[in-house]
Amino acid sequence: MSRRENPIDRRFRELVAKGEHALIGYIVAGYPDEHTSIEVARAMIDGGVDILEIGIPFSDPIADGPTIQRASYKALSKGITPRKALEIARSIRGSYDVPLVAMTYFNIVYRQGVDRFIPLAKDNGIDGLIVPDLTYEEADDVIRIAHIHDMDLIFLVAPNTSDERLNRVASVSKGFLYLVSVYGTTGERDIFYEYTLDAIRRTKGLIMGRVPLAVGFGISKKEHARVMINAGADAIVVGSAFINIIEKSNGSRDIMLKGIRELAHELKQATRGLV
Amino acid sequence: MRLKHYPIDGKFGRFGGRYVPETLIPALEELERAYIDAREDKDFKRELDYYLKHYAGRPTQLYYARNLSNAIGGASIYLKREDLLHGGAHKINNTIGQALLAKRMGKERVIAETGAGQHGVATAMACAALGLKCEIYMGSKDAERQRLNVFRMELLGAKVNKVDSGSQTLKDAINEALRDWITNVKNTYYLLGSVVGPHPYPMMVRDFQSVIGREIRKQCMNMLGGMPDAIVACVGGGSNAMGTFHEFLDSKVDLYGVEAGGHGLASNTHSATLCAGSEGVLHGMLTYLLQDEHGQVMDTHSIAAGLDYPGVGPEHAYLKSIGRVKYVNATDDEAIDAFMSLAKYEGIIPALEPAHALAYTMKIAREYGKDSSIVVTISGRGDKDVEVVQRYLVERSTKR
Ligand SMILES: Cc1ncc(COP(=O)(O)O)c(C=O)c1O
Repeated sequence: MSRRENPIDRRFRELVAKGEHALIGYIVAGYPDEHTSIEVARAMIDGGVDILEIGIPFSDPIADGPTIQRASYKALSKGITPRKALEIARSIRGSYDVPLVAMTYFNIVYRQGVDRFIPLAKDNGIDGLIVPDLTYEEADDVIRIAHIHDMDLIFLVAPNTSDERLNRVASVSKGFLYLVSVYGTTGERDIFYEYTLDAIRRTKGLIMGRVPLAVGFGISKKEHARVMINAGADAIVVGSAFINIIEKSNGSRDIMLKGIRELAHELKQATRGLV
Repeated sequence: MRLKHYPIDGKFGRFGGRYVPETLIPALEELERAYIDAREDKDFKRELDYYLKHYAGRPTQLYYARNLSNAIGGASIYLKREDLLHGGAHKINNTIGQALLAKRMGKERVIAETGAGQHGVATAMACAALGLKCEIYMGSKDAERQRLNVFRMELLGAKVNKVDSGSQTLKDAINEALRDWITNVKNTYYLLGSVVGPHPYPMMVRDFQSVIGREIRKQCMNMLGGMPDAIVACVGGGSNAMGTFHEFLDSKVDLYGVEAGGHGLASNTHSATLCAGSEGVLHGMLTYLLQDEHGQVMDTHSIAAGLDYPGVGPEHAYLKSIGRVKYVNATDDEAIDAFMSLAKYEGIIPALEPAHALAYTMKIAREYGKDSSIVVTISGRGDKDVEVVQRYLVERSTKR
């Protein structure tokens, strides 16, 4: 049986045809509140985001820096649940044709039950799933169930991942492979070091075209996007930079949404090769 | 399969494993290789034994608590005196072992988490003794509650980093230590304080603590001419309990792990993870957790800060699942009463953590009867808890 083309694959194919790279934007579901997080997603998509990553908050996000920790904590204290986060996804998917990727920690998936969470996410319009604390050694069941439900299970690799392991992870990752750009957690950074670009080149070489390569963690500026794309990234992921705009806007909705739209637009231009 | 031989491929049955960000995988693999290499090395063992004896004060005594046993009128109760160790708790068994390993691995910097400060202090001591740089993560709520321990760690040369995220307690301190490790993975050694976290920590910490059980076996042979009928230890993360039980897993001895019942299981303010929790993934391991229906980890409570943790070591989760160890709990109130009893009858002030184990021991001593013997691990001394107990007694007397 040949698989139907997943929306994420299709989006990458369309972008390649246009000679573009992908901009992946990240929101925390329920931050700053349920309704506004949908508006934030809309502003990102209006600004040019190609794929939207929706963070489902977890109480103990060990891969995240202070910005996303604060946003997750706030969303949780306002009562966000995994189910409500999926409803947010559904509502975004109802008005935009943009592939959606859920990002959450394994306990959230495990607690609902892998065989319940994945079909439920799919029914709510989620096309891919990123679980930063799920290594491929522990993922047999998740891979099997994701396959049954046509959910792209997206794996991560890091600058210190060995060639051999990278090769194995690349062969199971669907939709794209996510390279963590730095030694560290999520959060805006001003500068990147040469090792990040080396990791992108090495990963790109080892993937050998099996899946697109997305690079994330710390990217906030168009200049970052450019050098990473030049090194071989097919997509860049931006999260904390958007959340910082929300925090800094001090509740002024118009300023916030305008800021998000503009940042998305600027980064999208970079992925078009226009800066 | 003998229970002593677990873990297999990093797992205790389905529990344990490695649920961590990819950046930590090479570090955990390096750590596992280095530990297995050290474990086989006679020089490493000799150095560890040297520090355990001359620095930490091993072996610790097994003391027959005659007065307490007589007062209860049941089984003979024996105390494994880990409270007599340097630093006042069993924690030093593990920190010396891991600090020696860090040194052997050529790591320049050691980080650790601490709840009440016991593991932080024990880490700072080991690092000072071995000349390692040391940073401790501590929830800002805990740091406020345990100001003296913060100063103690600083005296010992450690830098204390306060953690403002989440519930600002032990679980958040572990989160922050893991984040630090992800960031400084090349030169940093993460010295975890209990039998928790991703493989190989639950195995390695257990191995370093299992000196407790080996000594108990030998001492029981000498004093009782055989094995005790039951062994009891308190369970926070589970290191003193695993260290006590490991030697006896394949023997005919009843084993009891005592968790913190707080205000009682029905009150929902407790830390009795195995008694009242459900399966989940936290801090790199599949184990039992106190969590809500959505998978968010809950705040916990115990009068004993060292038991105040929403997870538990995966080997305990496994031993519960196969019924080898019976996991029970004692409330704040019961622990306080046991604390007072030991002070009054034996002139020994235990830490509030092992006071939970003692409370349960006193409960079952009569059931076991006069001809039997029970060993209870007194994992630490109670100097740190005197103020808390005093406050508790005042509050209790005004409530009654
Ligand atoms: C004296 C004492 N006993 C027990 C514990 C609980 O830890 P574990 O269950 O790992 O032995 C602690 C933790 O701080 C402690 O200080």
